[in-house]
Amino acid sequence: MSGSLFTLDARTKARNAAERRFRAYGLGAIVIALLALVWLLISIFSAGLPAFRQTFLTFPVTLDASQLDKSGTGDVAQLSKITTITYAKILGQSLEAAIAAKGIDLGGAKPKQVADLISQESAATLRSKVMADPALIGTTIDFTTLASGRIDGYYKGRVTMDSAALDKNTSPEQLRLADKLKEAGMLAVRFNTGFLTMPDASDKRPEAAGLGIAILGSFMIMAVVLVLSLPIGVAASIYLEEFAPKNWITDLIEVNIANLAAVPSIVYGILGLAIFINFAGLPQSAPIVGGLVLTLMTLPRIIIPTRAALKAVPPSIRDAALGVGASRLQTVFHHVLPLAMPGILTGMIIGLAQALGETAPLLLIGMVAFVRDVPGGLFDPASALPVQVYNWTQRGDPGFVERASGAIIVLLVFLIIMNTAAIILRRKFERRW
Amino acid sequence: MSTGLLTLLVAALAILGMVMGRSRAVATAGGDIRKLHSLPFFYGRFTALLTAVPAFLLIIVWLLAQPLIVENKAAALLSPADIPDGSSKALVMTDVRRIAEGLDRLTESRTDIPALKADPAALKAAMNAAGVALQTDPAPSVIEAAEALREAQGRSRLYLSIAAGIVALGGFAWGVSRIKPEFRARNATEIFTMWLLIGCSLIAVLTTVGIVASMLFETGHFFRLYPAKDFFFSTTWSPKFGGGSSLGIIPLVWGTLYVSFIALLVAVPVGLMSAIYLAEYASKRTRAWVKPAIEILAGIPTIVYGLFALITVGPLLRDWIAQPAGLGDSSSSVMTAGLVMGIMVIPFVSSLSDDIINAVPQSLRDGSLGLGATPSETVRQVVMPAALPGIVGAVLLAASRAIGETMIVVMGAGAAAKLSLNPFEAMTTVTVKIVSQLTGDTEFASPETLVAFALGLTLFTLTLALNILALYIVRKYREQYE
Repeated sequence: MSGSLFTLDARTKARNAAERRFRAYGLGAIVIALLALVWLLISIFSAGLPAFRQTFLTFPVTLDASQLDKSGTGDVAQLSKITTITYAKILGQSLEAAIAAKGIDLGGAKPKQVADLISQESAATLRSKVMADPALIGTTIDFTTLASGRIDGYYKGRVTMDSAALDKNTSPEQLRLADKLKEAGMLAVRFNTGFLTMPDASDKRPEAAGLGIAILGSFMIMAVVLVLSLPIGVAASIYLEEFAPKNWITDLIEVNIANLAAVPSIVYGILGLAIFINFAGLPQSAPIVGGLVLTLMTLPRIIIPTRAALKAVPPSIRDAALGVGASRLQTVFHHVLPLAMPGILTGMIIGLAQALGETAPLLLIGMVAFVRDVPGGLFDPASALPVQVYNWTQRGDPGFVERASGAIIVLLVFLIIMNTAAIILRRKFERRW
Repeated sequence: MSTGLLTLLVAALAILGMVMGRSRAVATAGGDIRKLHSLPFFYGRFTALLTAVPAFLLIIVWLLAQPLIVENKAAALLSPADIPDGSSKALVMTDVRRIAEGLDRLTESRTDIPALKADPAALKAAMNAAGVALQTDPAPSVIEAAEALREAQGRSRLYLSIAAGIVALGGFAWGVSRIKPEFRARNATEIFTMWLLIGCSLIAVLTTVGIVASMLFETGHFFRLYPAKDFFFSTTWSPKFGGGSSLGIIPLVWGTLYVSFIALLVAVPVGLMSAIYLAEYASKRTRAWVKPAIEILAGIPTIVYGLFALITVGPLLRDWIAQPAGLGDSSSSVMTAGLVMGIMVIPFVSSLSDDIINAVPQSLRDGSLGLGATPSETVRQVVMPAALPGIVGAVLLAASRAIGETMIVVMGAGAAAKLSLNPFEAMTTVTVKIVSQLTGDTEFASPETLVAFALGLTLFTLTLALNILALYIVRKYREQYE
């Protein structure tokens, strides 16, 4: 006799078990989604954080006048004929001399290997330093410069003694020498401001590659997007939400905007290439083209939240304004728009954040180009943060993986700042009518 | 006159119009503004709008059209003999443009331009010194074309300045002349503003027209060089820059669909189950932080997912699954791209499904629970069937998102076009090939480049169809309970 409700029969037990399983699936799905997020962030941050630290060498460099200023006149035109090859030689000799002066045993490292401790970029740095101040020639200066990529990799765990034995760009002797230099205080791992300020560097010099131009280019693009899409987006939303009559034309526009918001971003890249570059003849890799393309992409994504913000303003506000004699435009511009502004700005910031992370359209308009000169204006070639990331992942040297991840961290920091601003704006000014 | 200066001048004139219009309105009313139809500043605003807007529109249209006309003129000077083998008119025109720019810079610093022009080698050296890199000594006809280009540009700029000046001054004069006390300045400015608003909302339509027109145009171009039948039905994709390539879309579409399928295989169960849990089981507090946390996944740029696929997921899958099982040894594979894309699409499925499940009326649940069903039975047998069309819509939107996704597949799926069932093999997608065919120096004459437009059009049509279908299903469903 199983009449009591307190003794569960087999069927009820099975049903309850099914209930528990179902709940567990749901919880499991959420845990999977959150774990994926955490895994993604951990993987990027652990790969990218080392990019903010860099190995530097400090040693006295004797700027030998007999090599750098053969004429002895200090004439800048003569000085500029001395190439980086000479400077590289001077750096190598100075480092060797400095090591000898400290009484450090080379441990079998050949002079070439000693010179290769220094980044190839250093010769150019030293040259521009001398060119800026020719009075330095003949003196001995304390010079702090980048160590080569492999040495840097050694202190970040990317290069080991075993891998160095197989690598033709470095050797265990070189690494042991680097360890001794570290003990002697000539080599140190420090915070790397150059990563945020320097331009991109060529394939062999990951240690010198920086994000300066990319950050600048991204800012220029964002400025163009902001200047164009805010007024146009707000104007279009106002018309569609407040004035447009209900007919097939406005229906068409609305369907259009909804669809444009879902068009794959790469299609906008094709549009930009065909219209702005091929048809209108604007230059490739220019921030202006990037800005225009991203504006077209962002517009529908801004119009949708802007319309929602306008719609959220209660009709009583409009009625009151119209009632005291304001015209329809005055009603909108003096009353509805200011009240909707926090919502509009929130949508705007989120739209801009999306545009900042967009890569594919910029690839097509040629922003992958290798740019080392600071862009002077919107029509000069520049890079952009996400494209720089892509660019670095295509390079051979493993040092660039760390750079790419580091660049992503910078990008994510910008995105976090923008989204936080949007959230604060919404919290602070949100009104419930 | 440079464009910047011209813009400034027009803006200055507009500001002047603002002040003049206002003071003239007050003056015509004899200082008594009660006699005016509108407040005085409306008269000023009217004049300013008439001055600035038409002039600016003219400048924009002119600047967009100018290169087209001007460059055609310069290009006409080039004879086929000037175009070296393996090069094209477009490439030579890049040189022409560069030389024209270099000449601009040189005229600032040097006086011996005519002598330089006669001597290509010296010209090249001077250009290089001025920061304009030239690979070869320019041919005389190229220099001539560059000179013609400069001249035409200069002339065009002069005409633009004159035309914009006339339009701005004309607007200004007309605006000022219309000012009378009985003139309805407020209404006039409002009509003007309204047209500006309408114009802005038409930009969305223009964008679509631009997308469709540019792609149709170039695709038509492509089909004249390459048979459409081969494009749609050939099963090999092997572009060769130099001719004789076969450009069949089938392997690319296969790769795209395969990657998207795996992505949905990940995203639909995870997204749907988390939406159900959040909507039906989770407490308010859990919901308040879990929902935004999952939505962070949608806010992360796709390049981040691409890098994640490249440095973490790809090597992991290769070392732990593909190689031990002997399925392949490439770190970029359909599985890598599909898994990572699946993670990216989770929030698209979960957010939309969550909204749709919440839109199912509580009375349906209450009825089911009242009859003795457990919550999970209610979800499966009552809520799900009611929400199904909306969820299908959400899945279709996610699918369209996955099909159009670029960076993850560029970095995670590989570049080899293959028709294979093995998910651990590298395959390629439509978007990857658009990027690879259009990146770098592009030349708009070969089918290898133009095929990207045909691919783009295919992609656009496919995603548009999915979006429209999804919106149709969602909309149709929503009407049921309202």
